[in-house]
Amino acid sequence: MTARLLSGHTLPVAIVAAILIALWYIGALLMNLDLQRDLFHNADNTAYTTSDLITGALNMERPKLPAPHQIMQELDRTVLQTAPTSKRSLIFHAGITAEATLLGFLVGSLLGVLLAVLIVHARSLDKSLMPWIVASQTIPIIALAPMIVVILNQFDFTGVVSKAAIAAYLSFFPVTVGMVKGLRSPDPLQLDLMRTWSASRFATFAKLRLPASVPFLFASLKVAAAAALVGAVVSELTKSEDGGLGARLLAGSYYGQTIQIWAALFMAAFCAVALVGLIGLVDRLVSKRMGFAR
Amino acid sequence: MTGSVYQLALCGLVGALAAARTLAAPPGFALAHPLLYWGSVIIVWLAGWACVHWLVAAGRSKGAAGRLADMAIPVVFGATLLLLWETVTRGLGVPGVILPAPSAIAARLASSLPTLAADFQQTAQGVFAGFLIGNAAGLATAILIDRSPFLQRGLLPFGNLVSALPIVGVAPIMVMWFGFDWQSKAAVVVIMTFFPMLVNANAGLASAGAMERDLMKTWGAGYWPTLSKLRLPAALPFIFNGLKINSTLAFIGAIVAEFFGTPIVGMGFRINTEVGRMNIDMVWATIVVAALAGSLFYGLIAVIERRATFWHPSYRQRDS
Repeated sequence: MTARLLSGHTLPVAIVAAILIALWYIGALLMNLDLQRDLFHNADNTAYTTSDLITGALNMERPKLPAPHQIMQELDRTVLQTAPTSKRSLIFHAGITAEATLLGFLVGSLLGVLLAVLIVHARSLDKSLMPWIVASQTIPIIALAPMIVVILNQFDFTGVVSKAAIAAYLSFFPVTVGMVKGLRSPDPLQLDLMRTWSASRFATFAKLRLPASVPFLFASLKVAAAAALVGAVVSELTKSEDGGLGARLLAGSYYGQTIQIWAALFMAAFCAVALVGLIGLVDRLVSKRMGFAR
Repeated sequence: MTGSVYQLALCGLVGALAAARTLAAPPGFALAHPLLYWGSVIIVWLAGWACVHWLVAAGRSKGAAGRLADMAIPVVFGATLLLLWETVTRGLGVPGVILPAPSAIAARLASSLPTLAADFQQTAQGVFAGFLIGNAAGLATAILIDRSPFLQRGLLPFGNLVSALPIVGVAPIMVMWFGFDWQSKAAVVVIMTFFPMLVNANAGLASAGAMERDLMKTWGAGYWPTLSKLRLPAALPFIFNGLKINSTLAFIGAIVAEFFGTPIVGMGFRINTEVGRMNIDMVWATIVVAALAGSLFYGLIAVIERRATFWHPSYRQRDS
């Protein structure tokens, strides 16, 4: 029994998680101790005990590093205790970010697939466009985010569109690269077989290339979803007036509300895990239907 | 072959004439004579496309000429795009606050080199310090947990999880902890680059085949000789993959961290303030510098990779 537990994933992950949380508490204690001591000092309280100091350091209002339970309390307060329609609710802000992320992810993935199909079928596009697509990713794209927001504002595209545009720009690349690989994954034997049947280019595409690319599509969609979320959060740093998780990060950093920043980070992490998990689920269903099941 | 060279020359000539026609036009010309103007623009596009097409055909021929043609294709394509950008912004009289013409950006770049150099230096400091520490820490951790399957199974799911998280979000926290200067940017870069390197190096260390390991065992090689002579070299392609991913992540991390606070210098700071002051050409000039730096960094790693992993099938294939 113990051997099975040790060889599986659950127990190691649980133990490592426990160690990380313990390390976090120690880190929080070490980073906040001086602050708390100053706090007692300023209040002319010299009669504090060590346990007072420790409980104080782990429950500060503006700690350098909040303890995990403080973040959980903040999440509980802003997610469960607040109505989702209120501006103080993290669900409200996560919804705004999710809207931009999903729209950008959808547009970016479609664009990525379309580009991949064109690149696979036209040699001149492969030679001329592909190097630029690769080069476009070595630029720190996020540096473009404020620019794109400004340009689109001039054309009266405000709100979700400009944020989704940045999310789309970040998410099209993994899909294009993955799909080009996937559409080219059928081996020469299979392509030759299609030729012996005198299959048209379209038939080869629909019956051989497209099905063969499905595993590649889902692998790259997971990367694209994570990239779209990063794009949406970063664009909200520039366009913070609409709210969203990025705006919460920015506001938290202006007012030194560390607990708020960490809560927003946890919410963003949760969104990312949910999104990638959802795609993984669809992946499993589709590959089962198509007979790829592992 | 000679015939097609004449074709290429003709395409180039027609394209150049049409481009000259549109470039010489006064601002707003497109609105006054739409047919003439857009006709010229389309001719420029077609000429560029014909050049690309010809080069693709030429790229199929063997030898130096073919390789040269292959390398020229993206250049011609990019030049055509730049030309179209220039002609369209001029012809339509697009105001500079929306989309400046490439020539305006180039002029701005040339006139504010000292500022851009100072910005670059500030950002690069954080990028390189963070890149070095993050990759070294990731590699060291991969080697450490390599001896313990238990730790591997416990830590790697976290590595995969973290790769899906928007890590740039830790930027405001790092700015609070390490101050406004480059140290906080380096810290963000360390966190962003650590996990990709850990995951890649771990996969790389497992990539040496069972046969080679057995051979090392028959020679009585211990853990360290096996590591340094077999497993680390075998892991190099994976490590370089991690380095390439990290080279783009590093610039992104540093620039975003600068949005949250910096001394009044740095590329992220410059972009943010000049957008606010509507100096869009300066923003584009900074982006050009960032793009050049990012591409050069990536290219440098690719060159080192080719030197270090010349034995790998993906490079050997090209010569044969």
